[in-house]
Amino acid sequence: MEIGLNHYLVLSVILFAIGLIGVMRRKNLLMLFFATEILLNSVNIAFAAISHYYNDLAGQMFAFFVIAIAASEVAVGLGLLIVWHKKHNNINLDEMSTMRG
Amino acid sequence: MFEAIAFYLFAFLTITMFYIAVTTSQALHALTALAAGMIFISAFFFILGADFLGAIQIVVYSGAVMALYAFGMMFFDTTREVKEKQGNKYIIFGLSVLAAVLIVVIFSAPMVAQNIGGQNPILENAGNVQQVGMVLFTKYLVPFEVAAVMLLVAMIAGIVLAGKKMDLSLTLMSEEDIKVLKEENTKKAHS
Repeated sequence: MEIGLNHYLVLSVILFAIGLIGVMRRKNLLMLFFATEILLNSVNIAFAAISHYYNDLAGQMFAFFVIAIAASEVAVGLGLLIVWHKKHNNINLDEMSTMRG
Repeated sequence: MFEAIAFYLFAFLTITMFYIAVTTSQALHALTALAAGMIFISAFFFILGADFLGAIQIVVYSGAVMALYAFGMMFFDTTREVKEKQGNKYIIFGLSVLAAVLIVVIFSAPMVAQNIGGQNPILENAGNVQQVGMVLFTKYLVPFEVAAVMLLVAMIAGIVLAGKKMDLSLTLMSEEDIKVLKEENTKKAHS
């Protein structure tokens, strides 16, 4: 049985759906960050698979940049989260309504 | 044959780990499951011949990002039960699947249209790391430098945000002190 591009794309979609479900049903902001990591990683798999099956390195390049963006997002996000936790002593998403959003 | 076995094994493991990370109510379990899932994802990169990407995945995610989360969790009260949003489950599920299918359409539309072509063809008799280096430092040099500047900005932002008032901790203070601090803050906000 040959593993083709479609197998990888289906896997990527399943992981993306899991991440989206996590983003939508989590109240804790830390868990929300975890779900974002899952989203970014599922797209990385799709990039790497397309790069392999089309003999093109551009997919891998974009996967590198996605990893760099994910790393910087985590650094800034966790910094903001620590500031918020020091001020309000919780990281509950529903109580962040000071901007009336 | 071995590729198929490896693919299905790691697909099952990754999906299980990420499902645990998304559904568990314990922050520590979620963190551990996420770290395991990241390692399993790097296995896909090795299967696909993207060795350098797999190594970077292990180093960056399991090394740096997970350590950062672990340090971040020391600030938060992780023993507290994580409360879940009580929304309509069907809407959430439907939206997730819809968005995921949209991703597939976005990725597969150019392939169905057959106008996708390799602009950086993979060279013969050169390792993956060598190829990546040749493409990254010629065609993608400017984005690479911009990414470096972005990481620097993120590092400075992290230091400034997390390093402020490091001597003050709400979890170690008594209730009276916190009340006094909150009153001061509200006074500052109103004035």
